Amino acid sequence: MKLLELLGYFNYWVFAIILTVGLYAVISKTNLIKKLIGLSIFQSAVFLMYITMDKVEGGTAPVIQEGVKDQIFSNPLPQVLILTAIVVGVSTLALGLAIVVRINECYGTIEEDEILDAD
Amino acid sequence: MTAESAILVAIGLPLVGALLIALAGRIGANVREAATALTSISLIWVVWGMLPTIMQGGRPAVEVSQVMPGLSIAFTVEPLGMLFAALASGLWLINSLYSVGYMRGNHEKHQTRFYACFALALSATVGIAFAGNLFTLFLFYELLTLSTYPLVSHKGDPATVRSARIYLGVLLSTSIGLFLPAIIWTYSVAGSGDFTPGGILAGKLNDPEIGLLLALFVFGIGKAAVMPVHKWLPAAMVAPTPVSALLHAVAVVKAGVFAVTKIIVYVFGIEFLFAAPSSQWLLYVAAFTIICASVVALRQTNIKRLLAYSTIAQLSYVVMAAAILKPLAEVGASLHMVAHAFGKITLFFAAGAIYVASKKTEIHQLRGIGRRMPWTMAAFTIGALSMIGVPPTAGFVSKWYILAGAFEANNLVAVFTIIASTVLNAAYFLPILYMAWFEREQEGGKDHGEAPILAVIALCLTAILTLAFFLFNGPVIELESQVVQGLNQL
Amino acid sequence: MDLLAHLPALQVVVPLLAAPLIVMLQPRGLAWAGATAVALMSFAIAVTLALAVLNGHTSEYAMGGWPAPFGITLAVDALSALMLLVVTGAGAAALLAGKPSIDQQIEPSRQPLFYSAWLLAMSGLVGIVVAADAFNIFVFMEISSLASYILIAGGPDRRALPAVFKYLIMGTIGATFYLIGVGLIYMMTGTLNLADMEARIGDVSDINPILVAAGFITIGLALKAAVFPLHVWVPNAYTQAPHMVTAFLAACATKVALYVLIRFDYMVLQAELVDHVIQFALFAMPLAILGILVASAVAMFEGHLKRLLASSSIAQIGYILLGASFVSVAGLSASAAHLFNHALAKGGLFLAVACLAYQYRDLRLSQLGGASTRMPWTCGAFVVCGLSLIGVPGTAGFISKWLLINAALQSGPWGWALVGIILLSSLMAVVYIWRIVEALYFQAPIAEHAEAPLTEAPLQLLLVTAAIAILNIYFGLFPQVPLELANSAASVLLEGRL
Repeated sequence: MKLLELLGYFNYWVFAIILTVGLYAVISKTNLIKKLIGLSIFQSAVFLMYITMDKVEGGTAPVIQEGVKDQIFSNPLPQVLILTAIVVGVSTLALGLAIVVRINECYGTIEEDEILDAD
Repeated sequence: MTAESAILVAIGLPLVGALLIALAGRIGANVREAATALTSISLIWVVWGMLPTIMQGGRPAVEVSQVMPGLSIAFTVEPLGMLFAALASGLWLINSLYSVGYMRGNHEKHQTRFYACFALALSATVGIAFAGNLFTLFLFYELLTLSTYPLVSHKGDPATVRSARIYLGVLLSTSIGLFLPAIIWTYSVAGSGDFTPGGILAGKLNDPEIGLLLALFVFGIGKAAVMPVHKWLPAAMVAPTPVSALLHAVAVVKAGVFAVTKIIVYVFGIEFLFAAPSSQWLLYVAAFTIICASVVALRQTNIKRLLAYSTIAQLSYVVMAAAILKPLAEVGASLHMVAHAFGKITLFFAAGAIYVASKKTEIHQLRGIGRRMPWTMAAFTIGALSMIGVPPTAGFVSKWYILAGAFEANNLVAVFTIIASTVLNAAYFLPILYMAWFEREQEGGKDHGEAPILAVIALCLTAILTLAFFLFNGPVIELESQVVQGLNQL
Repeated sequence: MDLLAHLPALQVVVPLLAAPLIVMLQPRGLAWAGATAVALMSFAIAVTLALAVLNGHTSEYAMGGWPAPFGITLAVDALSALMLLVVTGAGAAALLAGKPSIDQQIEPSRQPLFYSAWLLAMSGLVGIVVAADAFNIFVFMEISSLASYILIAGGPDRRALPAVFKYLIMGTIGATFYLIGVGLIYMMTGTLNLADMEARIGDVSDINPILVAAGFITIGLALKAAVFPLHVWVPNAYTQAPHMVTAFLAACATKVALYVLIRFDYMVLQAELVDHVIQFALFAMPLAILGILVASAVAMFEGHLKRLLASSSIAQIGYILLGASFVSVAGLSASAAHLFNHALAKGGLFLAVACLAYQYRDLRLSQLGGASTRMPWTCGAFVVCGLSLIGVPGTAGFISKWLLINAALQSGPWGWALVGIILLSSLMAVVYIWRIVEALYFQAPIAEHAEAPLTEAPLQLLLVTAAIAILNIYFGLFPQVPLELANSAASVLLEGRL
């Protein structure tokens, strides 16, 4: 029973694991690009969480069709939300990469410890 | 002008004056000095103009801003504050006269800043004198500290800056660390901080707490220089002498003891405090400060530092007199504020005049100087005698009242302290007088005469005031008796 | 509908729409003028809204006419009105003053972009404040963050780049934490509207996800608000940013995150969660106290002017959090008042720093000798704002310290210890402010400056700085308006909850 309950939260486990992997990469990597990759993974985990929670068993896309009544459909709102969050994530990533490019121009390296040494 | 608007004018005038002085400084030194003189004369006119109202028992009050519910900036003129404001504004004029002589004679820099800050400090002093509640008092207390900081650090060399740091550090940290909590405590217990005849704390605090609150107040008001928070006063002696004379013998230090007296009389109420055994410590601390500072003064070799320690002792006279908690002693406290002001400002003026004329700062250099600077040293002698309390000088009058109060309270500690300190005062002043008048000058000294004429006039004036106060002290006593009468009625 | 009803929307929309238009204003003077005009307009809107709130008129605005729990709502109550004043005021004042300083630090060709980012940052911050639903707060938070990364990276020193990268990483983690929390709450309640959330949390069957969400949200926002020990991005970011950006962001950016934190923990979570009051207090109070003491101590030994002030900002965030952690009307209104007063003091200080930086390239304290004779007005304004930061009576800073101390006294048996800490940190503030004052006034100028002619900062910069300094005194003597807003903010937040 207990095991089943845990397995029932399978997608949340995946979310938690991906989240931790991403966070770990952000914290432990010294390469700035790798940090950003970690950050992306970290954010993707959250997207997954939103998507997984809107799923209704047996639900379809929420499109109103003529003649079809009592249709079960998944909650569209989290998908819309996460679409926005993805946009935000992409812009953050783009900005982050742009800054890394500038750092590379100014310091000639993208390794954190070398940058710290340079100043 | 009504008395109410006069209060605001009295506080605003020096502020405007500071601005005028700053602007006039661009035009020329004479215009600037004229602005100072004009401001101080009009201040005297406004402040002294309030005297008749107060003598007749009027208590003009005005509220400027209700900052928070229960916390307002408000002013009330009562006899103690009236006396203090009259004293400070009157002596400012004489001091300005002296400053011109001193600053020019000494070729000091930044004179405009000096006069402007002086005016600011006076505004703060008048604000303290007229403050109607603890918050307003605190506001101007801090303003006084800040506006005198540039005066203390005037010279700007590293040693001066270090001393000024001690000055500011001690005064600010005691006021924020102790005075402010005491004020907040008072507000939270009594619900207000208004100065009310008879006090506002009666029945609202219990015994050990009374003593604690009193300690927060007394040590929080670092300007009263009760040991161990006296260190700033000798440090402040790096300032030009006019600053030491008016601010560190009159305005700033008197603001301290004035605040202590006012809080004892109008916040605690002397009858309430007299009944609380835990408030007795104040008397002993004050007595200790008197004796200790006098002993330290004995060992000083620098004239201004000696005067500073003498001031510390004399300030504690006022605190001790207030702590005797008897009507006669309270009158003595306010009288001593005046008497000491006249005497000590004369002494400082003389010390400054000696410095301007001869660049001498040490006591042992004073041998035979009486012959070169007879006027200055005559004034110095009168000031010194007043410190000792010899008739016919001002010091005698106040000591008489304090002693009378001490006997009324059967307080032998106070009596003994006064006697002992009189002996000590004599022990450090009389040798100087002997040296100056009767010993021969050392060979090879600088040939010099009197100080600049303005300085000499100023110090003679204050010396005359010291003598005159012995004879004509009636109005002051009458004024200050009102404080006590107000108490007896309640 | 009259115009007043549309103001909450206009508050966000005006700078947001103006931002791309500014890019097209190529001559740089025009770009500045346009951005400043927009910022001033925003400020005017904020003032109007604040006046409306003072008259007891709380504005709510349903975007597109969709009613509350379904559509997107904007709401302005007392606390948000106060924040709006701070954000738009700081943005407008810094822009108004900043042209000379920005001209000096930002290449002319990039200036339109810079001003555009400025307006985006402002509209994002304003959006956070007026948004009444959790997800829009996230979106606006990211708009403002992305724009401020750009602004900070505009600094001429290359060290700005690693600083901004650090800020970007930490800011994104904070925002994502917040997003996780919002998602969990949405999962359990099915709503994003703050008021609706509050009402529905009580009906949730399993409280655990909400507790997890509370943790994520609080930590995420604390990271954005630079609450000790999550503050590490602040000193570098503030130090390396262009001076005007520092003045703008130091006055309001972290405070807006703190505003959301307070709003969430009081309005949404407090009401229904068992023991949340105690948990929040237990979380916030030790951090606040540590932050106050540690950051003040760091500031005491800091040698770089901007870094010193940045450390002091972290300590001041601690004061605001401390007030909130009392969970009382007195404490919260002290916090709200300090939000306002600290913005005034710190904004003024950083403006004065910008004035100094106009003449002094190197802002280490040891290099600043002789500033008082070269720039007497700047130094005067600096001293006044510094006194306000210390909390000297007669300045704005004193008012909030007084409120905070009173709130501490009412908070319980440990009140006196807290008062001791507040006073101790005030004394530490005296020390670090006075180190600067001594450097400005008494230190001899260094060799390369000794010969240079004596000049003040440009008039434009100076006038605004002086005005802020005067406001510090004005609001110290007549603090009625911000206090009224702060008080009603506190009572709204705690309405019926104690």
